[in-house]
Amino acid sequence: MTATPETEPLLDIQDLHVRFPVRRNLLGRTTVENHAVSGVDLALRSGETLGLVGESGCGKTTLGRTIVGAQEATSGSIRYDGNDLTRLKNREKGRYRRQIRMVFQDPFSSLNPRMTLRQVIGDPLVAMGEAKGSELEDRVAEMMRRVGLSPDYMDRYPHAFSGGQRQRVNIARALIVDPKLVIADEPVSALDVSVRAQILNLLRELQDEYGLTYLFISHDLSVVENIADRVAVMYFGKIVELADTAELYEKPAHPYTEALMSAVPVPDPSLRDRGGRILLADELPDPSNPPAGCAFAGRCRYAEPGRCDTGTVDLEGGVRCVRSEELDLRGIELTES
Amino acid sequence: MTLKETEGIPPEDDRKTERATASQRQLVWWGFKKHRLALFSAWLLIGMLVAVVFTEFLAPFDDRHRDSDYTAAPPQVLKLWDTDGGEGFQWGLHVDGYTSEQDPRSLRITYEADPEDRVEIGFFVKGEEYELFGLIPWDRHLIGPEDPEDPMYLLGTTTDGKDLLTDLVYATRVSASVGIIGVALAFLLGVVLGAVSGYFGGWIDNGIQRLIELIMAVPSIPLWLGLAAALPVDMGPVMRYFIITTILALVAWTGLAREVRGRFLAMRSEEFVTSAMLDGSSHRRIMFRHMLPSFSSHIIAALSLSIPTMILAETALSWLGLGLRPPAISWGVQLQEASKWSVLSGAPWLLIPGAVVVIVVLAFNFVGDGLRDAADPYKH
Repeated sequence: MTATPETEPLLDIQDLHVRFPVRRNLLGRTTVENHAVSGVDLALRSGETLGLVGESGCGKTTLGRTIVGAQEATSGSIRYDGNDLTRLKNREKGRYRRQIRMVFQDPFSSLNPRMTLRQVIGDPLVAMGEAKGSELEDRVAEMMRRVGLSPDYMDRYPHAFSGGQRQRVNIARALIVDPKLVIADEPVSALDVSVRAQILNLLRELQDEYGLTYLFISHDLSVVENIADRVAVMYFGKIVELADTAELYEKPAHPYTEALMSAVPVPDPSLRDRGGRILLADELPDPSNPPAGCAFAGRCRYAEPGRCDTGTVDLEGGVRCVRSEELDLRGIELTES
Repeated sequence: MTLKETEGIPPEDDRKTERATASQRQLVWWGFKKHRLALFSAWLLIGMLVAVVFTEFLAPFDDRHRDSDYTAAPPQVLKLWDTDGGEGFQWGLHVDGYTSEQDPRSLRITYEADPEDRVEIGFFVKGEEYELFGLIPWDRHLIGPEDPEDPMYLLGTTTDGKDLLTDLVYATRVSASVGIIGVALAFLLGVVLGAVSGYFGGWIDNGIQRLIELIMAVPSIPLWLGLAAALPVDMGPVMRYFIITTILALVAWTGLAREVRGRFLAMRSEEFVTSAMLDGSSHRRIMFRHMLPSFSSHIIAALSLSIPTMILAETALSWLGLGLRPPAISWGVQLQEASKWSVLSGAPWLLIPGAVVVIVVLAFNFVGDGLRDAADPYKH
């Protein structure tokens, strides 16, 4: 970790595991299970944006869903405001539901097609029994204005809106209960490139306005670079590298991060041939049968037999690689912004 | 890039705005209106519902009315004017009376229309007294003979001298309401059990699905027969009516439950459902406020397609003598009389209730098809 947090983190995840049963035996006991999240330690500081990147299937969405409570944790703890969210009873969870909200990836399936914007955006308030009648309407209108939608469209159905507008609705729906932490699960990946910037700017403006903390999940490094203060790289259920954004992009310390960087498109054609892409062989290891040692060893071009496939390193130094000290990895030049 | 810049959806004409704010119900209605046959069938069914509600008023006679002078009399032709009454051309709604003749050997009575005998017909005529909705005493009938003693049998009479039209109106009330109430019961069971099954999954789902399989595995006709035959013979007609309806409903809910379960199962992983869960909505609220409305039009279509099955089941049971019994009248009870060839050869008009059954069943099917097409989101 680059800077030690002076204050207590807003959210502190420790040794979090999430496993999915794959097969059960006759007695209903789980015999094969997938390890989606296997030992994640992560702390979010109040007011920051933490980018969480990794390829599909690395467990980043599961991690996000576990934090908001859409997924049960198998073990470990998620401390928020002095309480372990994984151990709360259903009744007590209600208090945190409003403080930790989620923005979903798919702007089409995340809005109920049979509800008007008024109902969709106001539903959290209704479900939490907070507002009704004209107060509800006022708050919905206010929220719609904040996310850049005209309250005139309150009685329209989602099918009348574009992807970007729907994502604004999603954001309004998440923020209407005044949360502190927002888990944004790939909020812009389903959008056109031209709309992405608008939504990212909106998220940034809202962060300043409401003092929000974001966990920004994405597989797109160029988007994360744009919005995140720090970036955590996740691979096979574990955080493999965690650093400030600029530092990570300039000088990645984990070979997996380097490989991800090499996949970012370079806008300047004259610079394209300088490094060449690092193509990762094979797929992820079998999550029901994790390898001993470094999970990336099988695909890593720096892997050293005898070292990488036996021991592992914890994330103390911000990178989970046995050879990180001796490697000189190539990052990408940050776009001057 | 500021908030103002995105203030908008580009300006649109009114029609588009109308579509954007249209609820699912409106969208379905717009689609349904284009379906001529379905629309016509819907009017027919509305007419049937009117008959269910205003039975006593619409029927020319009381259902106990019995005229032993005219047994198995043929239908009369409604005439608007008269040219052969002796006094030249004459306006006036009327039917011809009957002259009867008894065959001395077979003792069978045959009726002939008698142009000399003019029976004046009027609307809103005074007739037998009744209580509308069982509450309001009244004696007016929509149509009937000016003199209540005169014969007016537009659809003929039955072998025991009852007016077939009156019987048919009363039977419509019974048969249609068996279908509608039965389907409502089946719907309630099917939707609730299907929703619970698909939403919670696990052992609950397992239990409900095995129950459905069990019910589906039992052949339905013998099951109805068995249950109906077990009813005591001296049971009152109203009680019998409700029990038959319940029996039909208890067998009919399984198909709908499966359909609803499938939908819930597929929808459970949709993000809008997860997001409703994260709002802290109760299970009931998620199931019936968030999930069910998204396919309510399909359910309504499925319902209107299942009412005819129910009506046919009741008709079949009653026809076999195991459903409703006289003095209760349903289409099945009416047709029972028409099941003997000796009767039918002399009085073919007794088959008219059969035609009504066919028309109503077809109408429900057309309406159901129309609704299903209109509710199909891929057509918009």
